[in-house]
Amino acid sequence: MGYLKGFAITGKQIGKPKVTYQYPEEKRPKPERFHGRHVLSRYEDGMEKCIGCELCAGVCPARCIYVRGADNPPDAPVSPGERYGFVYEINYLRCIHCDLCVEACPTEAITDSKLFEFSFTNREDAIYTKSELVVDDEGKPKHLPWEDWKDGDDRNTSGWVRATSPSGNAAYEGKVLWSGELGYGVRPPQAGQSDPDAADYPASWDISIRESNAGEVKGVGVRSERPKAREPHPVHEGEHDHGHRPEAHGDH
Amino acid sequence: MGDPLFNHGLSFAVALIVIVKTLIVFVMLLVSVLFMIWYERKVISWMQNRYGPNRAGPYGLLQSVADGVKVFFKELFTPSNSDRPLYRVAPFLALVPAFLTFSIIPLGGTIRVAHHTTRLQLVDPPWGILLMLVMSSTAVYGVMLAGWSSGSKYPLLGSVRASAQMISYEAALGLSIATVVVLTGSLYTSAIVGHQHGLLHYRGTTVPLPAYNVFRSWLVPFVIFIIAITAEMNRPPFDLVEAEEELSGGFMVEYSSVGFALFYLAEFMNVITNSAIIVTLFLGGPDGPRIFGNSVGPFWFLVKEFVFLFTYVWLRATLPRFRYDQLMDLGWKRLIPASLGMLLFVAAVQTGDRPWVFGVAGGLIVGGLLLGRALAVGKQATEIETRTEKVG
Repeated sequence: MGYLKGFAITGKQIGKPKVTYQYPEEKRPKPERFHGRHVLSRYEDGMEKCIGCELCAGVCPARCIYVRGADNPPDAPVSPGERYGFVYEINYLRCIHCDLCVEACPTEAITDSKLFEFSFTNREDAIYTKSELVVDDEGKPKHLPWEDWKDGDDRNTSGWVRATSPSGNAAYEGKVLWSGELGYGVRPPQAGQSDPDAADYPASWDISIRESNAGEVKGVGVRSERPKAREPHPVHEGEHDHGHRPEAHGDH
Repeated sequence: MGDPLFNHGLSFAVALIVIVKTLIVFVMLLVSVLFMIWYERKVISWMQNRYGPNRAGPYGLLQSVADGVKVFFKELFTPSNSDRPLYRVAPFLALVPAFLTFSIIPLGGTIRVAHHTTRLQLVDPPWGILLMLVMSSTAVYGVMLAGWSSGSKYPLLGSVRASAQMISYEAALGLSIATVVVLTGSLYTSAIVGHQHGLLHYRGTTVPLPAYNVFRSWLVPFVIFIIAITAEMNRPPFDLVEAEEELSGGFMVEYSSVGFALFYLAEFMNVITNSAIIVTLFLGGPDGPRIFGNSVGPFWFLVKEFVFLFTYVWLRATLPRFRYDQLMDLGWKRLIPASLGMLLFVAAVQTGDRPWVFGVAGGLIVGGLLLGRALAVGKQATEIETRTEKVG
């Protein structure tokens, strides 16, 4: 009875674990490079990274960033360069969290936290000023009264989030291409990108979603555990063109 | 037959009992609709690996109450193009039949209240089950007038579909009810239920099955009835009337606030009422084994009712919507001939002697007539087609 097959399928779902998150009480882990509320980073010596170049404001499609640069005072410089961000404001009523500012920034000054639960109740609170955006003396983002910070929301807020292999070129994997940072030093690079199967298995946060949910969900087309480490991918002769991405190497 | 309450004329006590019964049924129905809305959302969520409503009250039970309160405080919007009186009346035309149909459902045997014996049934009129047909025809007007009076396009399309659909399936519905009436020999719903008591007898032997009409009518009218009544109340998979993707809500696009709430109420009331009708017609209503020597009609009624409530949610969770031509195809080419044939067959079995010969002969005659008519119509249509081709 082919007609009844569908009923069996829907009927069987009743006892299965639910995939819904009970949101305010239960929150799903966020991706490593989540586009959240911005922070302005500082170097390890406490100097601000922002040089007031206004590239972020120029690239912003929502025109939500307002920056004014000023010459560093010679006796007490704010940033290591010639100039520094004198005024820095982001209007979060306009920001679309596209992260073009983060990509445009030449000094990795503006980066992301993973915070998205900040519901201000008036328009003035929506405009974050420089003092609210710059990290504190321990390198942690400042916590404002209306922000709901969770564990891990302030993790990896630095140039680290921008790239582990710039321009997607795996040749740069494992190389540190970002500056050090107050409170953390130079962060180590993320590993695992040259694995030829990297594109096949879900990101770590994706696995944790499914595991946190009372058993694995089968048949969604997702491998619920990371496959065992394989032999290093053999490099064939004549395959040295740099535009070649590791995923495109075919079957092995 | 009829309610023994009126055997000794109408007195104040009798009137009071009737009023109390009416109130009880009314309140019970309203509460069960609130429950049904919650239940449908919950079960459909489970079938889609979700939790469903779980915020308002324990297990989200008060969700429908919260939604109801909210919807009644919304703006009652009337489109400027609408036909105002009809626009206002239409939701009630959909709701009232759903209420009224439930009044003929027998919920149990008789009880004694203050020296009066009365049935656990609001009314038991001699025309009985015909009331259900009357009311389902009236409900068409609710949907039709709602679409017409809204004065906009999508509701109109929805209501045109609705009237075509509901009228088409009413034929199959009526024919399968006729099968039951043929079996029972009475229109009283209490008689239909009473007749299904005991064990099944077939040509002198006792079959270890209850004598429910679902078995006595050879199952087919039961299936046809379920399909037809689902189409009749515009539930999925026959919800072309409010097809979200095509008509963005169909006949009730323009309704807000109370009007919307009434349509919503009517839909779920219909689910409850029509499940009760199915139970009454085909599954013996409140009939069932005694528990500890007590007759527990209402309990068995609720158990059976619940099975069908679940079935309706299950249907909605499983089946995609029919295409319009498939709907008409199923109604006219499958259900109506099948129910007509089954009516003839069951009637033949009832007559006793040589039922198969009688049934086959009757089926052949009807089938031949239908086929002849269909061929004639087809020929005519082809002629018209070729004619227009020549002109064009």
